[in-house]
Amino acid sequence: MYRYDEFDARLVRERAEQFRSQVMRRLSGELSEDEFKPLRLQNGLYLQLHSYMLRIAIPYGTLSAVQMRSLGSISRRYSKGYGHFTTRTNLQLHWTRLIDVPDILHQLAEVDMHCMQTSGNNVRNVTADPFAGAAADEIEDPRILCEIIRQWSTLHPEFSFLPRKFKICVIASPHDRAALLSHDIAIQAIRNSDGEPGYRVSVGGGLGRTPYLALEVGSFVPRRHILAFIEAILRVYNEAGRRDNLWKARVKILVHQLGIDEMRRRVEAEFAEIRETGMLELPPAEIERIADYFAPPAFEELSGESPEFESAKRESKQFVAWVKTNVHDHKTPGYALATVSLKPIGLTPGDCSSEQMEGLADIMDSFGFDEIRVTHEQNLVFPHVRQKDLFRLWQQLEPLGLATANIGLVTDIIACPGLDYCDLANARSIPLAQEIARRFADPELQAELGELKIKISGCINACGHHHLGHIGILGVDRKGVENYQILLGGSGAEDATLAEILGPGFDSEGIIGAVENVIETFRQKRISGERFLDTYRRIGAAPFKERLYAH
Amino acid sequence: MKVVTANKLTFGEVVYWTSRGWQSSLQQAVVLDDADAERALKLAAESVQRCEVVAPYAFAVRVEHGRIIAISAREQIRAQGPSVRLDVGKQAA
Repeated sequence: MYRYDEFDARLVRERAEQFRSQVMRRLSGELSEDEFKPLRLQNGLYLQLHSYMLRIAIPYGTLSAVQMRSLGSISRRYSKGYGHFTTRTNLQLHWTRLIDVPDILHQLAEVDMHCMQTSGNNVRNVTADPFAGAAADEIEDPRILCEIIRQWSTLHPEFSFLPRKFKICVIASPHDRAALLSHDIAIQAIRNSDGEPGYRVSVGGGLGRTPYLALEVGSFVPRRHILAFIEAILRVYNEAGRRDNLWKARVKILVHQLGIDEMRRRVEAEFAEIRETGMLELPPAEIERIADYFAPPAFEELSGESPEFESAKRESKQFVAWVKTNVHDHKTPGYALATVSLKPIGLTPGDCSSEQMEGLADIMDSFGFDEIRVTHEQNLVFPHVRQKDLFRLWQQLEPLGLATANIGLVTDIIACPGLDYCDLANARSIPLAQEIARRFADPELQAELGELKIKISGCINACGHHHLGHIGILGVDRKGVENYQILLGGSGAEDATLAEILGPGFDSEGIIGAVENVIETFRQKRISGERFLDTYRRIGAAPFKERLYAH
Repeated sequence: MKVVTANKLTFGEVVYWTSRGWQSSLQQAVVLDDADAERALKLAAESVQRCEVVAPYAFAVRVEHGRIIAISAREQIRAQGPSVRLDVGKQAA
């Protein structure tokens, strides 16, 4: 994985020192809160319901064992012994003290981490396919481009005051595991008919109050010109994006107001101008230099069938269940991807304790894993596990409470922190996720229901991706009381679709029964083997509405 | 009826306006009518100037059997801690 060079290391160290001085000036009264607030936000520090919340960037969701161990230690020492992995693949500490943050930033800097651009109107953490470097259907490692974008966009002077925040995602497979089209810029690595490497670029996706899927703005951008093309989009947005209304300031609004054809014309004009100077053309040697950091580990030559793995499956039914849901095919024979569920039944989706973080780091050390990945579905992935090690890995995850077998199933729920933590939330998300998971905890029932993605947001900002849920839930405030709307038919995969609101909302007790009724309707109407989404697409909303609102 | 709240500048902890300055329990808060709440917010603004607290505001409460109860779910959660982690926040004390 990428290691900081001298320049990177100095930058984050100096940034931590700079923030220490800003905190001291704030505490002495030299800086007012109004003056200080943008400075703390530029370092990912928010004031939330119970305390300050620090958002730590995890570039393209990749962490080393050293970093994971350090996050465990930081969350124990400076928070309350746990952190929360988010749908942006970052980590949030919900209980930090202002006076400790400079020390936290220093500890993060020691392990090549920081909190820059986890807030504010700039290019945020670039996300990627969590199966990068391991997926059988991948044509390149998308993190190479992510890292190039990270270096280019970090503290970029022209793009440090955009009309609004800006999220970029890169994948390199036909299969979308990163909710690609919900980003401001969605980049998919492709090859043209001559086999040349390049990218399909879409723009204007986003959830929130006005959800849109990104629209294609470049059908094939050659690799060497991709930064110029991204810069062209950002320039058009920076110049023409609205700044008068927070709710209309994202690039998705500009794209949909101009129309994609006019947006494309403007981007191409800007692109031509930038390309003329040649300033942003990526030299092959520099791409190679970055690519070297993402070179795959030295895979052993293994047979596709492991006797140890087969015998372990005969030994334990629970292991078989875990393999069925949490283990995915790897591009290399004899290897597998193993997803660690952060959705134990009845607990908080995405939460991870200090002990669990340190336990995961120990596992990485003992198995020789270089990396672990954070997914936008708030789980973790070991990308390169020898099949013969899977059983031992599963056995070591079990005592950490990290062996839940539910990836992609009804209990693998995305939930934002909601009103239990977040200052913006209107309603709680986590208790709903917990209760739904308890109701559907029976492994046989979960298996019978098959792939079913429930996504819950506690406000219109949609951090819980409710528009992309097969079943989405949106919490709203109804005269100070929590109320929940149901949306159906969304997808964040390669068949991306925005879910539609079914009808009037439910109170916090009614919503659980409503979800049960939706699922019961699916069970009655499904054709054998159909996923919830397939059934919904076949029969439409009417039978669900009938069940929920008929009386 | 209202109570004035803020967060401590240094720690971020939720605090309430009481007869003895800022305190951490809602039950210690002074319950105010609208006019008193306005006056308390002016004093709170001075406290912000002194770098004691940040982001003060007033919110609605009712009093039942001598206990102050926040009306909104948001303020109930702020007063206690996350409803999903009873081992953290004020409720754990």
